[in-house]
Amino acid sequence: MLNFFKRKKYPEFWQKHIDTVKNCKKYANYENIRFVALDTETTGFDYENDRILCIGAVAIQNNRILVSDSFEVYIKQDVFNKETVKIHGIRKNGTEIKVSEEEALIAFLDYLDDAIIIAHHTKFDMTMINNALKRLNVGPIQSKQLDTNYIHKKIATEDRFKKLFSLDELCEIYNVKKHDRHTALGDALITAYIFLKLTFKYKKNNVLNLTELINTNYYLNK
Amino acid sequence: MKNTIAERIFDFLKEYPPFNLISKETLCEISRNVEIQYYEKDQIIFDQNDPPQDNFYIIYEGVVRLYRFVDDKKINIDICDEGDVFGLRPLIMNENYTMGAAANEETILYGIPTHLFKDIILNYPKVSQFLIASFATNTRDPFSDKHKGKLFANISSVNKMDNSYAETQSAKYSKNPITCSINTSIKEACMIMTGHIINSIIVSENHIPIGIITDKDIRTKVGTGVYSIFDPVSKIMTSPVITFPENITVAEAQIALIKHKVSHICITKDGTDQSELVGILAEHDLTMLQSNNPIFLAREIKSAKDVETLKYIRTKASELTRGYLEQEIPIYFITKVISEINTAITKQIIKLVIKEIGTEPPVAYAWLAMGSQGRKEQLLMTDQDNALVFENVEEEDYEKTKAYFLNFSTKITEKLNIVGFEYCPANIMASNPKWCLSVKEWKAQFKDWVKHPTSDKILLSIIFFDFEYIFGDKNLYERMSESVFRYIANKQTFLGFLSKATLDNPAPLGFFKQFLVEQDGENKDQFDIKSRAIRPLVDAARIFSLHHNLKINNTIARYEKLMEVEPQNRDIFESCANAFKILLQFRTSQGLAKNDSGKFVDINSLSKSDRLKLKSCFKPIKNIQESLKLRFNVSQIP
Repeated sequence: MLNFFKRKKYPEFWQKHIDTVKNCKKYANYENIRFVALDTETTGFDYENDRILCIGAVAIQNNRILVSDSFEVYIKQDVFNKETVKIHGIRKNGTEIKVSEEEALIAFLDYLDDAIIIAHHTKFDMTMINNALKRLNVGPIQSKQLDTNYIHKKIATEDRFKKLFSLDELCEIYNVKKHDRHTALGDALITAYIFLKLTFKYKKNNVLNLTELINTNYYLNK
Repeated sequence: MKNTIAERIFDFLKEYPPFNLISKETLCEISRNVEIQYYEKDQIIFDQNDPPQDNFYIIYEGVVRLYRFVDDKKINIDICDEGDVFGLRPLIMNENYTMGAAANEETILYGIPTHLFKDIILNYPKVSQFLIASFATNTRDPFSDKHKGKLFANISSVNKMDNSYAETQSAKYSKNPITCSINTSIKEACMIMTGHIINSIIVSENHIPIGIITDKDIRTKVGTGVYSIFDPVSKIMTSPVITFPENITVAEAQIALIKHKVSHICITKDGTDQSELVGILAEHDLTMLQSNNPIFLAREIKSAKDVETLKYIRTKASELTRGYLEQEIPIYFITKVISEINTAITKQIIKLVIKEIGTEPPVAYAWLAMGSQGRKEQLLMTDQDNALVFENVEEEDYEKTKAYFLNFSTKITEKLNIVGFEYCPANIMASNPKWCLSVKEWKAQFKDWVKHPTSDKILLSIIFFDFEYIFGDKNLYERMSESVFRYIANKQTFLGFLSKATLDNPAPLGFFKQFLVEQDGENKDQFDIKSRAIRPLVDAARIFSLHHNLKINNTIARYEKLMEVEPQNRDIFESCANAFKILLQFRTSQGLAKNDSGKFVDINSLSKSDRLKLKSCFKPIKNIQESLKLRFNVSQIP
């Protein structure tokens, strides 16, 4: 009976993830925080049945986007939806080198390290990733998460009560070129640009620290 | 591993020097290690006396100003925009920044790690030359000896190599050739050929050329009764066809025609007979091309019997200019050829007019070209600027003589206009009584200009100091020019006046948004390359030449001579000559593209490397203007 409650032993990569996030002491000093802007391309929008095809991510530290610290992985999936191929351009038997979902997630967690996650409509990407982790009997991701949509809403002067701003709308508002839209790493870079511009604006009227940023979207991190 | 961001950064960097000089693998490596930085307007990137950073920068988006504090006063040194590199100090020496950089507007920079570049500098001498030159231009004090001559060390990276020959020029061929399928009957094919008035037709399948039929095939194989006109074309076609890629040169085409004993070559996408057909080159296309060569044109001009023929030849000459520019033949050579052609046309027109009038001129005369034609720098059809000098005559004959030459000149300018040289809007033409004068009158005129210079007279007189003999009695021209130099010899103040007039056109510093473009009117947002960049260089060359009594009219030749005469200022003159060549080439290709005089350049339509190229010409303009100011005591002139 006691055995039943005993904490189950996690696979090594997951235990490492939990420990890394728990033990990170960087978060107090904003300049030292490593942010990772990420985006996923998926077969569709169904959390249960759709699958991740690609994860792209790039790191930001001290207001700089570090291209040398970026991540791009394509994933082999049995689920295939020819409708969304039009959007992301990832074919079932395309030329990209693809790895299994497990390999991709392990590599991603290793890359993620102790970083804070930034995405646009973060809930979607994170749910897709967490459901994939669930298939490996682990998850959800422990890292703190931010959403450019909510940071924007905090400082927006117009349409503040609109629920959602699309990535394209934010590109218009913040004058970001839309290169490589709908590739995971391309969208991750756009998200990173928007994040930099948002935090600059944010700093003018607010104290820029992690707690404040996280409070822009409390629900994501509860 | 694939990295979409690095690929995009690679695509950006490869467009700009010095990155365009680096091998693909090395540039990929650099692209993967770029740091992208974002700055708000007026945010400081590094301040003067800051310790060196780990990166130097290239601007991806936005504008950056470089500044320096001198005696507690902040001076803006330069404005950099998209594609410019700055912050090179850490790369060259490990010292604190001697100037600061701040975002002039919202800016995105690519930080290039200096440690990656140290090896590149060692392995690519051209890269280090470029960086040193950029470094020097950013820090350069116009008259410090330290960086002199480095200014144009980057010229070979900005300018492509000048190594083309007529035979290596791309051959022209007909695009969208007429084709038929393999099952077409000979009769149908002949009807298509007749309908299109062509002497050959290509047999193709899915755009791949498989054979060709020419008039000769029909004559030898059908006309002789061997095949019927109802047989398919496959029976008589020549197959396979000789194919070449799109960039076939004239020499290659000539050799291929002779070697394969054919009259047509198929041009295909990749040059093999397995790829898509894009054109056909016939023997005839090569002969047409030869009719565009300058020797041929000169011969044609001499035998031209009317103005219409001359006009036709002049349009041919424009095509020649275009061809030369595409092949990147040195601009000095192009101007020489085109000037010769223009001179030959003018001479021929004068001969035609004498014939038309029916009587020989009463006294000796000389026809003179002014301005750009006088300097042999005319590449496009610009305005005509000319004048006439005739031998002194007795007073009672003056009216009659002048009347003859005015009528004579009017006829000449009319014909020049028909050929395509627009009338001069300022009426600086020999048909104007003011510029159709005897030797005595011309001398008096020059004397007046030199002795009593006023700003309105100066503008007018500048053009007359570049006069060149075209036709008539050369002795008159020589007497005129000698007197000009004699008057100027001891008249420093006159050169001061000339300098002041040209300095009213300050050198552009950078394309700092609308700062330098025309603010209003028809040419709003256009950069006036003629007045703002070319003319200051032409004017400065003229003033220095007059100062040294150099009897040279051509701007490049003037600067080259000045380099010998003033070896201590060799670098300045050399950079001016280079800048002038670039600008002239630029104006000409702009003019040909827009089919106008090329005076205005639409900045927004320029590629970044063109903007960069243009901008590199501004520094020499500023330097030469500074020298004029000091040399001729401009500040003392009212």
